[in-house]
Amino acid sequence: MEKIRLNMTVNGKDVEVLTEPRQLLAHVLREELNLTGTHIGCETSHCGACTVDMNDMSVKSCSVFAAQAQGANITTIEGLGTPDGLHLLQEMFKEHHGLQCGYCTPGMITRAYRFLQENGSPTEEDVRFGMSGNLCRCTGYQNIVKAILATAEKMNEMKESA
Amino acid sequence: MIPSNFEYHKPDSIDGALSILTEWGDDARVIAGGHSLIPVMKQRLTDISHLIDLGGISELKGISIENNKVSIGAMTTQHELITNTQLAKFVPLIREASLQIADPQVRYVGTIGGNVANGDPANDMPGLMQTLDASYELTGPNGVRIVKARDFYEAAYFTAREDEEILTSISFSVPNCGYAYEKQKRKIGDYATAAAGVLINMDNDTCSFASIALTNLSDTPVYCEEAVNNLVGKKVDSNAIKKAVHYCVEASDPVADTRGPVEFKKYVAGIIVQKAIENAIARV
Ligand SMILES: Cc1cc2nc3c(=O)[nH]c(=O)nc-3n(C[C@H](O)[C@H](O)[C@H](O)COP(=O)(O)OP(=O)(O)OC[C@H]3O[C@@H](n4cnc5c(N)ncnc54)[C@H](O)[C@@H]3O)c2cc1C
Ligand code: FES
Ligand code: FES
Repeated sequence: MEKIRLNMTVNGKDVEVLTEPRQLLAHVLREELNLTGTHIGCETSHCGACTVDMNDMSVKSCSVFAAQAQGANITTIEGLGTPDGLHLLQEMFKEHHGLQCGYCTPGMITRAYRFLQENGSPTEEDVRFGMSGNLCRCTGYQNIVKAILATAEKMNEMKESA
Repeated sequence: MIPSNFEYHKPDSIDGALSILTEWGDDARVIAGGHSLIPVMKQRLTDISHLIDLGGISELKGISIENNKVSIGAMTTQHELITNTQLAKFVPLIREASLQIADPQVRYVGTIGGNVANGDPANDMPGLMQTLDASYELTGPNGVRIVKARDFYEAAYFTAREDEEILTSISFSVPNCGYAYEKQKRKIGDYATAAAGVLINMDNDTCSFASIALTNLSDTPVYCEEAVNNLVGKKVDSNAIKKAVHYCVEASDPVADTRGPVEFKKYVAGIIVQKAIENAIARV
């Protein structure tokens, strides 16, 4: 079967990958582009560990074929912050102990990023509902919710003082 | 967990999609959001050598509400159904049900067309569409035909759609009455253990219109005709509701699975139907 030239914008950079249409986006990101921040938990569209931002939507990259991502604009955890310049969400996850083993965290943060774009002043219930596609086996969620609410609050404070 | 290989097509018109579908026959399948199809392809439960992505066909997108008639393009996502303010205003039932489907990630990509065409008894939209008495527009090489949602489902994964037809849009009248979609699930994001869609209108304390359909309580959605006939024209008190619930449970035919034994599912069905009827009446 013929390979396809897959062109995408990933974390602001144009990339081209030669791959099979059936390849999953998660594998393209991890194995072809070396962006291993995107984790694969269940590979069956249930856990959300593989969540990335694609064309302004949170998607489970284990359930998107490479061919479907043609022309897409993708942001992974690597595109949100760097070790020296953490994204506010990463700061807040750190401060509020929003992670333990960290396996779910890239998915949590990329999802929370899009969620806060759509709802800048969420209630706790909004956060829990908006994050319901992401599973965590460690934290019991409480601190993840706290971290996201704290991010929203900080974002709003920064907006006000600007 | 990667499926066997396929050739990928992304036509930009319905005609384009139909000609690929006709050319490759059984070997071809359309893909919408892929969130029912990709999992089964990964498990290699289905053999597809030509995958036709409907995502590039703008004719299949969009929601219109005109003269009391709602029309929704097959490729409209569940997320769009939830965020469309006109739809939320005129048919809040759709938003209420869509919010109970899967999780946010799935709803961004999962489409109404894929949900109703799939034929999985666990999908919520088929029962919802039977509640709304919706019509499906099917477009094939020989033109367009309309099939009622209530006549579309034959058995699990068997529908009235021919292999070379595409489900292009869904339409129904604005209900203008009390509504509810109640769903019992094991956890958020799960398919229903039992779910029910209800529409009801009242003339003082007499029921003037009703529609009830069930999800995941048989190998197809179940439109509860007996229950409806026993409500319409009657004074609605707790006894009448009890009777309607009884007819709905009678009409269900669930199988035992990981969501529980038959007795449990029928018990849950009774509870959610009663809740749905009561909520719908309260919203008239
Ligand atoms: C974790 C998870 C949880 C879920 N929970 C729920 C739930 O609670 N309730 C629920 O209802 N659904 C649930 N789903 C399913 C989800 O809503 C799917 O997105 C939906 O069932 C199918 O829509 P799709 O656009 O993804 O279709 P696809 O997966 O692309 O297609 C499904 C089938 O329909 C056919 N098809 C698609 N579009 C058309 C068309 N226009 N014409 C003809 N045939 C077509 C395809 O060939 C395929 O056979 C869940 C899915 C996941 C992954
Ligand atoms: S790895 Fe994609 S949802 Fe679990
Ligand atoms: S921190 Fe371990 S799974 Fe979430």
